[in-house]
Amino acid sequence: MFQMVNAAFVAGLIGNVDQFRHAIERIDPAAYLSDSYFGRWLGGLETLLVEREVIRTAELNDRVEELGGAVSRIAARPSATPDRVAYPPGGRHGQRPILAAPLYQPGQRVRALSRGLAGHTRLPQYARGRDGIIVAWHDGWVYPDSNAHGLGEYPQHLYTVCFEGKELWGEDAEPGIRVHLDLFEPYLEPVVPDQPEQDEP
Amino acid sequence: MTSPSDPELRARALEALLIGKGLITEAAIDDRITLFNQRVGPMNGSRVVARAWADAAFKAELLLDATAAIAPYQFVGGQVDKLVVVENTPEVHNVVVCTLCSCYPLAVMGLPPKWYKDPAYRSRVVREPREVLAEFGLMLNPDREVRVWDSSAEVRYMVLPMMPQRLAAADEATRIAAIHRDALIGVVEV
Repeated sequence: MFQMVNAAFVAGLIGNVDQFRHAIERIDPAAYLSDSYFGRWLGGLETLLVEREVIRTAELNDRVEELGGAVSRIAARPSATPDRVAYPPGGRHGQRPILAAPLYQPGQRVRALSRGLAGHTRLPQYARGRDGIIVAWHDGWVYPDSNAHGLGEYPQHLYTVCFEGKELWGEDAEPGIRVHLDLFEPYLEPVVPDQPEQDEP
Repeated sequence: MTSPSDPELRARALEALLIGKGLITEAAIDDRITLFNQRVGPMNGSRVVARAWADAAFKAELLLDATAAIAPYQFVGGQVDKLVVVENTPEVHNVVVCTLCSCYPLAVMGLPPKWYKDPAYRSRVVREPREVLAEFGLMLNPDREVRVWDSSAEVRYMVLPMMPQRLAAADEATRIAAIHRDALIGVVEV
């Protein structure tokens, strides 16, 4: 399965890696939890191949029956209105230099956005609205949130942000744990430290 | 017997369909399988770790810029465009996960183990890493900080485990053989 997906990438059949990850996220929710890992990949691959009109679901079903299988639940969930964009092939190397200076510096306190984001994103739910410290900056990278939908690469600055266990999980967090996440600049907002109130002169 | 909605059967049907349409070739798939079987795997990461144990200058370079440090090895398999190596010390233990999917530095560690890709590991190790590590048999001193690295973008992580005393006098080949894949993920020590 792994190598079939690789071959499909190389043959330019299924766009870019962000689009593939998003397709896996969109498969039948029960299949996502019950299928094996490569079962999920199969669902994502089939979803993209049907959306891109490389194959039709009916002809794949026919093949399954020819091989002696019966067709019941299918993991793939192709959209009736998929993103119709031509992708440049070979988008795997995602690093892109950015001329604009990064907004944040190592040591700075930031907050992950709390609002939900439509479509594909790489901001995990568990970090949303939580404060962390920038510990590294990794230059610019292809922005998955746009790239997954064929809206362009829009490279963004990428940072490693360190979150304390208690910040993520509350007082019953295990002691002495820290979780590090790689987050794109648009996922973050600055945390301004409280200014001490000053009396009028 | 195959069940009616067997994904494996559907995968075979899909492969046959794509080959039948001339879109992919069996040879291309076989070549990749051979490549991964022969050249891609955790033995690459183990070599890097064993060298870092023996060569302080290489270790310093590895911790500063792992992508550049491993470039001369010309490992294949990909997913190391930006590799970060994190060092275990008596004060800090590191463990790697990808909560969103299964990101993993293929060129130095091969294909990830099944449990790494399962929802249980992915969701639990960020929430209760000490408990999860204990289930792997790794009991950490409460004073030792646990750093979890969630590969949520294209940066890939590998753990540099500590060298145990028993390997202090061992030769490089013995050390490489002792460095298991799971130690590179950070769920066990060497």
